[in-house]
Parts: sequence; structure tokens; C-alpha cells
Amino acid sequence: MKPRQKRALYIVVAIIAVGLAVGLVLNALKDNVSLYFTPTQVFNNEAPQGHNFRIGGLVEEGSIQREKDGLTVHFMITDLKRKLPVVYKGILPDLFKEGKGVVAQGKMEADGVMHASEVLAKHDENYMPPEAADALKRAGADNAISSVPAIK
Amino acid sequence: MIPELGHFSLIIALCLAMVLGVLPILGAARNNQVFMGFARPLAYGQLLFVGLAFSALAHAFMSNDFSVLYVAQHSNSQLPGQYRFAAIWGGHEGSLLLWALFLSVWTAAVAVFSRHLPEEMVARVLGVMGLISVGFILFMLFTSSPFERLLPAAADGRDLNPLLQDPGLVIHPPMLYMGYVGFSVAYAFAISALLGGKLDATWARWSRPWTTVAWVFMTIGIGLGSGWAYYELGWGGWWFWDPVENASFMPWLLGTALIHSLAVTEKRGAFKSWTVLLAIAAFSLSLLGTFLVRSGVLTSVHSFAADPKRGIFILSFLVLVIGASLLLFAWRAPKVGLGGKFDMLSRESLLLSNNVLLSVASASVFIGTLYPLFMDALGYGKLSVGPPYFEAVFVPLMLPMVFMMGLGPLARWKKMAVPDLAQRVKWAFASALVLALLLPLLMGKFLSLESNKWSPMIVLGLLMAFWIIATLFVGLRQRLAGSGSLMTRIRKQSLSYYGMQLAHLGVAFFIVGVTLVKGYETERDVRMNVGDTVAAGGYEFRFNGVTESEGPNYIAGVGHVTVSHDGKIVGELTPEKRQYNVSGMPLTEAAIQTGVFRDLYVSLGEAIPESDGAWAVRVYIKPFIDWIWAGCFLMALGGILAVSDRRYRIHKKPVAKVDSPVVSIQASVPVLPEGAAS
Repeated sequence: MKPRQKRALYIVVAIIAVGLAVGLVLNALKDNVSLYFTPTQVFNNEAPQGHNFRIGGLVEEGSIQREKDGLTVHFMITDLKRKLPVVYKGILPDLFKEGKGVVAQGKMEADGVMHASEVLAKHDENYMPPEAADALKRAGADNAISSVPAIK
Repeated sequence: MIPELGHFSLIIALCLAMVLGVLPILGAARNNQVFMGFARPLAYGQLLFVGLAFSALAHAFMSNDFSVLYVAQHSNSQLPGQYRFAAIWGGHEGSLLLWALFLSVWTAAVAVFSRHLPEEMVARVLGVMGLISVGFILFMLFTSSPFERLLPAAADGRDLNPLLQDPGLVIHPPMLYMGYVGFSVAYAFAISALLGGKLDATWARWSRPWTTVAWVFMTIGIGLGSGWAYYELGWGGWWFWDPVENASFMPWLLGTALIHSLAVTEKRGAFKSWTVLLAIAAFSLSLLGTFLVRSGVLTSVHSFAADPKRGIFILSFLVLVIGASLLLFAWRAPKVGLGGKFDMLSRESLLLSNNVLLSVASASVFIGTLYPLFMDALGYGKLSVGPPYFEAVFVPLMLPMVFMMGLGPLARWKKMAVPDLAQRVKWAFASALVLALLLPLLMGKFLSLESNKWSPMIVLGLLMAFWIIATLFVGLRQRLAGSGSLMTRIRKQSLSYYGMQLAHLGVAFFIVGVTLVKGYETERDVRMNVGDTVAAGGYEFRFNGVTESEGPNYIAGVGHVTVSHDGKIVGELTPEKRQYNVSGMPLTEAAIQTGVFRDLYVSLGEAIPESDGAWAVRVYIKPFIDWIWAGCFLMALGGILAVSDRRYRIHKKPVAKVDSPVVSIQASVPVLPEGAAS
């Protein structure tokens, strides 16, 4: 091979490699990005049916109910305007509490209940998951937001 | 008074850093010996004053001085001593001070261990590090001073986040920061080489040990962080692809690429421009990591916009560092030349391919981490990129990388015939494949699972690990072939060779751990009454109830779980559910019995209301999980062996000063008889 042909070959190989990598990334992004919605948006049927999405808000006071197995938990996520029933089986995070911010990821089923595969309530007491804060703000509950993350 | 002294020391350190950033570089450009001579004393002075500032903050923490705002926010009088000290880096301001302290430590270390380097090189390297230091100290003084007072003083502090009150977290951030900051040395060497227009093998040789040491710290830091997540976050995962983790993983991947490409630049004079680019990119990603973790941009783009001072500062600093370096690179790199030529299949080409793969992997992590931020900033709504994305991208990239990693050390420099290389590795590949296909059939019995599980992913993972180990043996056999006693031949090999092999073995261990824990773990979330038992993975867990106990700054419910295997008691596990007095924060403390082949992991969920002492309990069996960290440890150990090689310790006196712009001394590239060993 002449040096020029060789260089051309290197370039072709490099382009193919980069193309493959980009394809890999795009494909993986397409399947694994979960969009985030507020309870009001879900009420307006904006959330996808049968596809994973995230929802943020507060755990409604007095809404937590446990089934007999002690592990299946029903609760409501609210943006103080609309609320959405969620069911989750498993152990909840330490900071999951009524009246506190929460983010759930899962699918809407035909029963109109969100079946969560993951429930997040993050890092420390004063911290509000950004999605939860956003949901409250968009629902016009700005007053509530300042009282909710409760700086002791 | 002492906090003010600390603040004042920081200002003096800033002044010293400013002089350090200007005079020696100027001196190197004008060949002014006096100006260059300032570099070392200034570096020591900077360390002294940043050290004083750090001690002042440490004193405020140890003496519970709650009139200092940062202390009041992150400590408490009930906090045990070692955590009070660790609380120094428990928040934003203190971690920055730790960053600055390490930067001056590295700078002083370069000043001490560079006696054999030409004076203008030392002057430029220390000068560039001084400039970085100016950036960080300015950032601290303008936006985030840890010495700010709180008047009137708080009666007591708000306490350190309970998650951070853990021995792992006492050492994890310092290790990681040593790594982050250590890449600044590689960066400074690259910039100095560009400034001096002298990019050659000697530059690579000087820069290599520093880069490797930084990489070792980073490897240990990331390993510790992953271990901490495993036992402290209470749900048994060891890596979450969380943005904060990714922030440290991106520079690590590029650092790994950098230490390999530096090797080629040193031995063959090739890849010079690429190596410089990698050094710039690795340090830029270290800065980006600091930006991501420290600016609040991850919590929310909007909270960042609401208090933009810090973020804007780091972002501008980042733009300045990257922009200036790339500009310098564009200006100087065309003069660099291509260096040694090599063929399609050669050790160079294999190393280059792996460099590209590591960089692409780093870029894919970058995209996954920053994509949600961009979308949010542009108003396309909030979204999250989950771990499946990273796994889907990462595994296909690592597959060819591991394959070439096995071939690399066996291939010759410059040129290698395909049949020749295939001949060398055919038995290694065959035995790795057979083992990988058969081993999963025995695994079920070995781990006492209900059934054997044979899946393509497990076979693939094992194949990768055995391939590394088998090629490692082939390489050792080639190296140790010859006459004379085996012992002398073993002793004749260089430490850096063993270091390389050990680090690669670490990768194999890591892959075994990841593959087997993913393939064979058992997880049970169950409701347990007192006296209930649950079976998982051949073990029986009996729940004996929860008792109260009191810690130094928390109260805890302590669960008692007896584990037995085949009717024999294996151990007693005591997971805790803590409630911290000051913050009121609950914390799950998992109980783990570690073992070479499996971990038993129990953590408490919550007490079940309206029951007779029943709890939700999480029971895990994690086979081979400790191999993951053993792998990280071996990689780090390999790095340590590599830098203790004696060729870094014997130094020739620097060649007499040349007045004209230095000509590339390509001819003196030490050509080691690498290929000849085969």
C-alpha cells in the first residue's frame, strides 16, 4: 500500500468507528431516556401510555397505605392541584415521608395507577428533588413550596 | 482571630501564586536565571500559606467554633472527633480549600523531585501550576470563603450529613482530589512542553510517573467511593451512573488512555500531539467534574441560574483553561512532527485503538451525564438518562478494548505479522473460551443456587476476564524464556513490566466481580415477624427482632439476624436503622459479612405498623462482589509498582544549557529492547 492509500484507509476506519459509536449512543439514548411529567400533565393525558416516565411532587398527607404483606405501598403524589395514585412494592428510601418531595419512575397501567419501579427521595431533609419542586411551581403552588422543604 | 488569620494566609498564598504564575514563565522565555530561580521558593511558600489556611479551618472545626458559618453548617459539638476533621471537606467551601491544598502539595512535590530537569522546564511547569492555583484561590476568596463569620455565633452546629459520617468518606474525597489535582501536573508538563516547543520522549518520560501517581490516587478514590455507596446507601448497588460518579469516571478513563499513550511517546516518540491533547482533556474533565459537583448545576439548572456567581466563575475558568490550552496547541502542534512510524498491526496501533475506545467511552459518559442538563437549559423539559443507557453503550465499547488489551503486550513495536500474533495467542484464546463456556455450568452448585444459570452475558464476561489472564501468562512465558535460573530471570524483569501485568490482572478481577455479581446475585425484600426465616441462595436468615441502642450522636434500632448454611450457623448480622439527633435524619446502616466468594448483606427497611415487631427486611447474597474492589486495588498497586521502577530514579545530569531554541532531541530516545525480549 502506498502511504496515501494507507492514510485514506485509516480515515475510513476512523469514520466507521465514530459512526458506530454515535449510532450506539443515539440508540441507547432513545430507549433509556425517561421524560418527566407533573401530576397535572398526567391528568391531562400528556404522559405516554405503556412507557416509562417520571413523576415528581409531594407525597400527600395521609395517603400512605400498606397491604398486608408489609411491602406493597399505595400512596398519592400531588402537585397540590391534581394527584396521582402510585403503587410500589419494595423497601422505600429512608427519606420517603408524607408531605415530603418524591420522584417516582414507572408505567401507567390500565387501572389508572402508576406502577413504580423506582421511588427516589434524595440525600437530606432540606433537599427537595428538583422535579418535585418544579411540579409544585408549575401547578401554581409557589406559596406551598416555600413552606414545604421546611428549613428547620 | 484564627479564622481571620486563615483568611489572611489565603490572601498571601494568592499573591505568591500570582508571582509564581508570571515570573518563572517569563524567565524561561527570556532565559533569565534569576526569574526562573524564584519558582521553587515560591512553590514552597505557597504550600506553607495554604497549609496555614487549612490548619486554621481545621482548628475551627476541632474547637467547635460555631461563629464560623461553614463550621456551623457542617459540624456539631456531638460529632466524634474524626468526623469533625472530615467535616472540613464535607461541604463546598472546605472541599475547595482541600483542592487548593493538594494543588500546592503537588506543586511543592514537583519542585522537590525535579532536581534533574532543565531549569526552564521546572520554571514553566511550576508557573503553569501557579496559574491554576490563582484561579482556585480567587474562586475561594470571591465566592466561597470557608472563613466567613456567623454573627451572632450559633449555639451549636447543624451537623454533618449522616451519610458522610463514615470512615470511607473520611478518606474517599482526599484520595479522589489527589487524583483530580494530580492531573494538573500532567497538564502543566504538556503546556510547558508546548511553550518550550520541545515535545519529545524526555518530556513524556518526566511526565509519566506523575501521571501514573495521579491515576493511582484516582483509582483508589473511585474504588473507595463505590465501596462506600455499596455499604452505606443500603441497597447493595456498587455503581449508579450518578452524575457525581460520572464526574470522576470521565477523567479516569482519559487518564487511563493518557498513561498508555505517554508510554508510546516515551518509547517510540509517536502520538505526541495526541498525548498532549489527552493531557489537556483529562485535566479539563477534572475541572468539569469539580464544576458539576460543586456548582449546584446537577441539582437543578435553575438553582444554578438563581445563584450564578459560583457557576459562572468555574465555567469561565474552564473556558479559559481549555481555550488557552487549545489555542497554544493549535499554534505549536504543527511543529511537533509525527514521530516514529508504525504499521497497521503493531503495539502502537493496538494502543492507539484502545486510546480511541477509552476516549469514546469517556465521551459517551459525558453525553449521558450532560444531555439532561442541556435539554433542561434549552427548555425541552426535564428528563433523566438511566443506567441502562450507560450499560448499553459501555459494554460494546469495552469488548474490543479488552480483546486488544490482551494482544497489546504481546505484539511487537512497529510491525507485527497477523499470523505470527495469532500463533502466539491461539491457545490462550481457546482455553479462555472453554473455561468461560464450562464454568457457568458449575457455578450454580458452587454458589448453592437452586438451578444452574447459563447466560450469554455471563459467558462473555468470563471470556473477557480469562482472555486477559491467559494472555498475561503467554506474555510472562515469553519474557521469562531463556537460559539461566528462573529466579534470576524473574528478577531481571523491570518493575514497570510487573506493574503493567498486575494492573491488567486487576481489570480481569474487576470483570469477574461485575459479571458474577450481576449474573448470580439474589435479592429478597421481605416482611419478617420476630422468629421468621427466609431462604436465599442456599442461606437461611432468621430474624430475631430489633432492640434499641444509643450511639454518640444518634439512636438506633438494631436488628438481629442469624444466618445459617446447611444447618450450621455462619454468622450474626446486626443491621441498624439510625435516627440522628441533630438533623433528625434517618439512616439505614446495612450489615455485611464479607467473603472471598460471596457477601451476605442485610438491611432494615421500616418497622411495619400495627404488627408485633415485624420489619420489612432486605436480604442480599452478592457473589464475588469484593472482586470488584480487589480489581481496583490491583490496578492501583500495578501503578505503584510501575512508578517505583528504578529507571525513574536514576537520572543523568541535565545536558549543558543550549542557548538557541532547543532542537528536538529525537535521537536520544531510549530504544528499549522491548520486542527483542520475545
